[in-house]
Parts: sequence; structure tokens; C-alpha cells
Amino acid sequence: MTSPNVIAAVPRGTLMSGSLDLLESIGYDVAEIRENDRKLFFAEQNIITMRPSDVPTYVERGVADIGIVGKDVLMEQSDRDLYELVDLEFGACRMVVAVVEGDEHVSERQLRRRGSLRVATKYPKMTEDYFAASGRQVELVEVKGSVELAAIAGLADAIVDLTATGITLKENGLVISEEIANCTARLIANPGSYRLKSTEIDSVVERLQASVAVKAG
Amino acid sequence: MNGPKPNPTAYTAASDNADTATTIPVPTGTRDVLPEEMAELREISANALKVFADAGYGEVATPALEYEQTNRIGATDSEDGAYRVPDKDGQILTLRYDSTIPIARLAATRYSEVEPPLRFCYLQHVYRPIKPKRAQSREFLQIGMELMGMPAPNGDAEAIELISNVLKSAGLNDFRIAVGDVGFFSEKLAAAGIDDSEQASILHELQTRDLVGLRRQLMAAAPEKAEALGEVAAARGGRELIEREGAERLVALDDLLQKSGVADNVIYDLGLVRSLSYYTGTVFEVYTSTSGFAIGGGGRYDDLVGRFGRDLAAFGFALNMERLHLAAIAEKEASVN
Repeated sequence: MTSPNVIAAVPRGTLMSGSLDLLESIGYDVAEIRENDRKLFFAEQNIITMRPSDVPTYVERGVADIGIVGKDVLMEQSDRDLYELVDLEFGACRMVVAVVEGDEHVSERQLRRRGSLRVATKYPKMTEDYFAASGRQVELVEVKGSVELAAIAGLADAIVDLTATGITLKENGLVISEEIANCTARLIANPGSYRLKSTEIDSVVERLQASVAVKAG
Repeated sequence: MNGPKPNPTAYTAASDNADTATTIPVPTGTRDVLPEEMAELREISANALKVFADAGYGEVATPALEYEQTNRIGATDSEDGAYRVPDKDGQILTLRYDSTIPIARLAATRYSEVEPPLRFCYLQHVYRPIKPKRAQSREFLQIGMELMGMPAPNGDAEAIELISNVLKSAGLNDFRIAVGDVGFFSEKLAAAGIDDSEQASILHELQTRDLVGLRRQLMAAAPEKAEALGEVAAARGGRELIEREGAERLVALDDLLQKSGVADNVIYDLGLVRSLSYYTGTVFEVYTSTSGFAIGGGGRYDDLVGRFGRDLAAFGFALNMERLHLAAIAEKEASVN
């Protein structure tokens, strides 16, 4: 099997296997990538693998022509110059605001008392945009690891994070207080490739849309 | 090799040769140009300026600092990111953000009586704020032109032929000019009975290049026409595309580009819009196979010069000299290998 002449950036982690399934369904040779956990660059297969939040970087700079990435990452990096072409409808997650169970009214209380809410997140830009759009002032605390801890340990009043099942939140004694967005995997493209390789990319888009439609049944 | 040295200050570049280490920084997004690169840039710009001169364009320069009020006459939003300095008398000065607005001022005020068309070219730096850690430049050299008093499609065709000649003069042959029409898609939306406020949110999706969001908005606004409109927004192609979709202004332009032989390097893109708000007609961006970014672009701005006091239809473009240079080097290297 010969992969299409379009270099694809594939996220490692939870979206990887779904991404490879889709790429395989439209003719990419993904066998070696499934087998090899450490190699990152697959020149013959036209596939590069990377940390999910790096996918927009590689695609924006044209190192990869297209990429697969979660909407959560795109929202956080909304200032990048990229085309968002297809909702691939897998890897669904929710971006939520969560607070400590039993203290569900913490947001209203803090906003009334201090005029501002302290929010911890790995998604500072998106969080700022969301609260600004609803007219609430927040103090952002950016953390890199388990965000749940920030609320339980009292670093912040609330957290903004991505959740698939809600289990981790629940196990840490947190409840969802607001839903910000539904996030699924998206196909993105470099603006130059979108025009220079328009035929190849349109063909990828059409076949991916067909694959997604088949899966959705 | 003694291995990496400890960094005595944050300024010290990672180098184990103290003689060549950079010890005094320049601001992020700026850089020095050394003789070898400078010589190559000079050669490219000399060739390009000769193309302009042969086509009857006169080179101008405008001040690096302009009054903020002047920029406000030209555009209400596009210069929001410009660097600003307060002057002694309380006036705000802005650092040159683009060259089109100052040259529109220059043309309307200094050439108020001269018989059009007016043809100007320029080679000057512009300054824009950068997003941190993205390897962007906040100071960059642009070469470009403004053609005033020649309406569409003749002015557009002259400018696109000219940009093609400038690119060739730099040794570039493997390039594509993506051409769109800012009015075309909104006219389609209006024809589908979509009202102004819905149009604005749909066009915003196009501006941010989110075709998933675009299709969703179209579905909400006009369910039975959404799929067809979504396809128009994503359509790129040649002559047959613009004929099929009834893009009459682009067809008229293509007639002229076919004659001058430039059409081979053109790809029409019915969803192409640009971030500067003063464009009113044809817009375009230039891409090469070796650069992930557009190396330049431009378009028609028929209202801008009039805001400075002389009503002239106009068209202009700018190329980023550094990207043009890198693209020319990459194409040369690719042909050697």
C-alpha cells in the first residue's frame, strides 16, 4: 500500500488509534506505525507522530500538510493560521468547569464577594475567552499536571478541564458545574498545502467524510 | 570539545566557542543581517525594483512613524496591533504597520490633480507585534506596489502579472497565486436569503478558516442550501470552476491573465478572504511549495484612497522579502539535487 502524497501529522495518545484507523481507511500505510511505539517520523508512509498539542504547530509551518487534532487543542490555539476541514466525530470529550462537590455555589459566592473567580486550567486561553464571553472576571492559574488537584487542594475555586467520562473528576470529589464545549477530533490543513495540493487534499477530505459517515451509520 | 559551558547569564547563547557567542541580545522577533545574506537580498530587491521601474512604477518611501489619526482614516481595525509612541504634544505616533495606507495618503494628498493611473512601488520595513515563541518577525522588509486609478479587471490583471514577473526575477518559478473575490461569497449568502447578522457570523468562520463551523452556521441559517454553499466556500480550481459558479468578475480577470500567460500559476479560491478590512474586490495570496506560509499577498481596495480625499480605485500587493529570499534559495537547491 502506498500512502497518499499528503503528509499527515498524527497525535500520540488517546486520539492515535482512531486517527490511524481513519487514515488506513483512506489508503495510508499505517502497519509500521501501529507496531512501533518509539519512532516518530515515518517518511515512507507520509506520517509524522507527535504530542497532540504540537500538531497545529507542525501543520501551521507546513512541515505536515494535514493533521488530526482535538477541538480542545484548536480552541486553545485559535490564533494559528490553519484550515479546519472536517469534524472526524471521534474522541468526543467535553470541556467543563468543575468545582468541589458540596460547594457547588462557589463561583457565585466568590464573584459576589471578591468580584473574581480563581480558575486553574491547562487551557488558559480558552478559559479566559469563555469567562470573558460570559462577563465574569477570573484569575487564571496555569498548571501542567492533574488539574483536579488544584480544586481539591485549594489552589483554585474551580477548574476548567477536558473530560471523556467524568470518572476522574468524580473520584477526586469534583462535580461538573458548566459545560463549555463538545470536543471531537478534527482534520486541519496548512493554508499553503490547501491550495498547492488542492486536488490531493480534496480527495483526502472526501474520503474521510465518507469514512466518518459510514462509521456514524 | 569540552562539553557545554554553564550559562553565566541569560543572555549568553548556547555555544562552546566563547569567541563567537552572542552576548548582547536583540529583541525577540528582530535580527541582524550579515553581509552574505544582505548581498543576496540586495540582488533580489534590485531585480524586483527593475521589474517595477520597467513597468512604469515610481519608488516611494513613507515615514516609519505616522500619526495614529492618519491610520484611523484608512482603516478602523486593521492597525489595532500597531506599535504606538506618545509624542511630546500628546499626539500618538504609530510605527509603520503596512505601506498601503501611508501610500494612499501620499497619493491622495500629493497627486490630487495628476492624471491617473498612478503607479508606485516601495521597499520598506513594517513592524507588527508577534505572538511569543512562534518564531515570528516583528520587523520585516516588504517589497510591493500600489496601482491607483485603474479599476477591475485591468488593474488587477496588471498587478498580478507584475507580481508574477517579480517572483520570476527572484528566480522563483514554482509558485501559485491563490486568487479570490471578497464580495463573491457574501453575494451568494445574500442570494440565498441569509440576513446580514447571520452573514456576519458565517463570514467570521470563513475568516478564521473554520470550514466545520462554517457548515454548521450555514446549516442553521439555510438548511436546504447549506451543502451547496459550503462547497462554494471550499472550492479551489481553474477556469472551469469560476465559469461553473458564475464568478463573473474573476472570469473577466482570467480572460486577461490567459492573454498574458500568468493564468497557469493562478488557482482560484472562492473562499479566500484576507485579514485587512480595506479590501473590496479581488484578493490574493502567493504560495510556494517550499514555504508553509504565504510569502505575500494583496488585493483591490477601491474605497481607501477616497477616504484621504481623492476617489481612486486601487490595487496593491506586498511580498515578504525574507520569505521570498528563502523560497528562492529552496527552489534553487531543489533544482540542484
